[in-house]
Amino acid sequence: MSASQLPLKKTMRDSILNEILAQMDRGEKVFLLSADFGAPALDAIREKHPKQFINVGIAEQNLINVATGLALEGFVVYAYAIAPFITMRCCEQIRVNLAILSQVRPMNVNLIGVGAGFSYEVSGPTHHCLEDLSIMRTFPNVDVISPSDWTTATALAKYCFENKRPKYLRFDSKPLPQIHSQISEMDLQRGFVEISQGKDVCLISTGFMTHKAQEVCQNLKAEGLTVGHIDFFMLKSFNEKELCAKLSQYKKIISLEEGFVTKGGVDSILSELILRNRLPVEFKAMGLKDNYIFHIGSREDLHEQNDLGSKSILREARISS
Amino acid sequence: MNALKKVEQTRTSSDFAKFLHDKATWVRQQTLEIHKLAPETRVASSLSPVEIFSALYYGEVASYKPSIPFWEGRDRVVISKGHGSLSMYPILADLGFFEMSELKKVCTKGSFLGGIPDPIIPGYETVNGSLGHGVGVGCGMATALKTLGKNNKVFVITGDGELHEGSIWEGLMFASHHQLDNLNLIVDHNKKCMLGETKNILGLGPLIDKFKAFGLLVEVVDGHDVMACQAALLKMKNLNTGKPKALIAETVKGKGAPQLESNPMCHVTGLKAVEVDEILKRNS
Repeated sequence: MSASQLPLKKTMRDSILNEILAQMDRGEKVFLLSADFGAPALDAIREKHPKQFINVGIAEQNLINVATGLALEGFVVYAYAIAPFITMRCCEQIRVNLAILSQVRPMNVNLIGVGAGFSYEVSGPTHHCLEDLSIMRTFPNVDVISPSDWTTATALAKYCFENKRPKYLRFDSKPLPQIHSQISEMDLQRGFVEISQGKDVCLISTGFMTHKAQEVCQNLKAEGLTVGHIDFFMLKSFNEKELCAKLSQYKKIISLEEGFVTKGGVDSILSELILRNRLPVEFKAMGLKDNYIFHIGSREDLHEQNDLGSKSILREARISS
Repeated sequence: MNALKKVEQTRTSSDFAKFLHDKATWVRQQTLEIHKLAPETRVASSLSPVEIFSALYYGEVASYKPSIPFWEGRDRVVISKGHGSLSMYPILADLGFFEMSELKKVCTKGSFLGGIPDPIIPGYETVNGSLGHGVGVGCGMATALKTLGKNNKVFVITGDGELHEGSIWEGLMFASHHQLDNLNLIVDHNKKCMLGETKNILGLGPLIDKFKAFGLLVEVVDGHDVMACQAALLKMKNLNTGKPKALIAETVKGKGAPQLESNPMCHVTGLKAVEVDEILKRNS
């Protein structure tokens, strides 16, 4: 369900943290760990439930290990840190203690990484998070979830609590407008939401790029072109049959992500899906090429510099329409 | 008579000493037998902790229930130096975690006993062998147990080369900061890594002082004196002063196999079948 006219901006992190607070208020067996990373909503948790919150310090490896130990003893654990660090600094801890171990001993650990893509646009390549989707997608037994707005982030709290397996949630750091008026359990099970239907071209985007795609769709509409748009968020546990049914209605699919392309991210998921199901569609992957970005500028500048700006997307969509 | 008094009384008896000594001898023999069947296993680093494991499991130190491996009342034993715990297999089989006949199948098709143990083996808590994980995971378990008001203890066994991993020290800082006195670290201090002596590769320096500086209570024990290990482990288990504890067990890598004991590269060399037979014959 979409609601493009809902401008209220919120961060995904505060939205899910408020739900985690509610879980603690209900007396649930929940722990929140942070690697010295905060949020306004986190302050409320720390004050109200100090025994269920630990700041482990700037120590992501230990963050994962402690999360594992707590989860093995039956706690639902949320581990919260900056996205590039919670995925890549402690990659082997995730592999050994979450991906491998959870196959034998089911556990509920939810990694909440804040700072997807170019969220921290002026902080340079250490803080740009462009590899996480491909890396995390490689691990069996770990869900990869990349929502675009706080409505989805809010709905994910219940999903995370109820589904006992490791998950990686990739959140943008910025307050962003609402994309979806609501996200149901069925939406989460399906793994994507069709925001608009189009004629020949469909944009399929994840995270922040869903906002960009909406802008592009509106510009094209003004030109009299109607393109389809799908917000894709459950990157490992989506309904492939339904997604294929949607995509096969188009002549061209354009994937949009703030991440490296051709390395296992969203574009790879889709190109594999197109090939596996022999969908008769043209496919264009739009994301970052094989370079780190040292350029300083706004998020829009970074996009423009790397062929991911509105103009580039419009050009791709127009060529085909 | 409460359980602790019973242990104390038994512990002083020579019968108990003989029992523990005999068990450790048997475990060492069985470890060599397994290596003979599965020569790809890391025998040298599995021979150094024989007395530690024997004291922990036969010495009435760790609580466990073989019929229910994940019994709530168990102590959590995290064998972080997984590759060097082949000697746990005979102990777990002997105690009834699985059939003794499984020991003949190590590293063969369909067996759950591989060269590096995984939690598919009854009695193992975690994925092991990739080094440096046990302390942090143990911290999580210890935190959970304290939060839930449970008295179960956590034992984590590491090697000394494993202490090169930075994640160990992240975990120890955490344990100390959060006063996890239910966390017990045991270091199998056999002083060798894969490519030689630890002191020549990356020296651990004054290890006792390092642990103390990280806020741990530290004891040192002769890791091949099974009665001394038993006493030290029991003391450690029952010491709750707000500090995590470390027991440095001074051991010899390849203990019981002279050709391994004297070889700095024993981690990767192993023993030929004929050498195992000679050792077993000599000690029989």
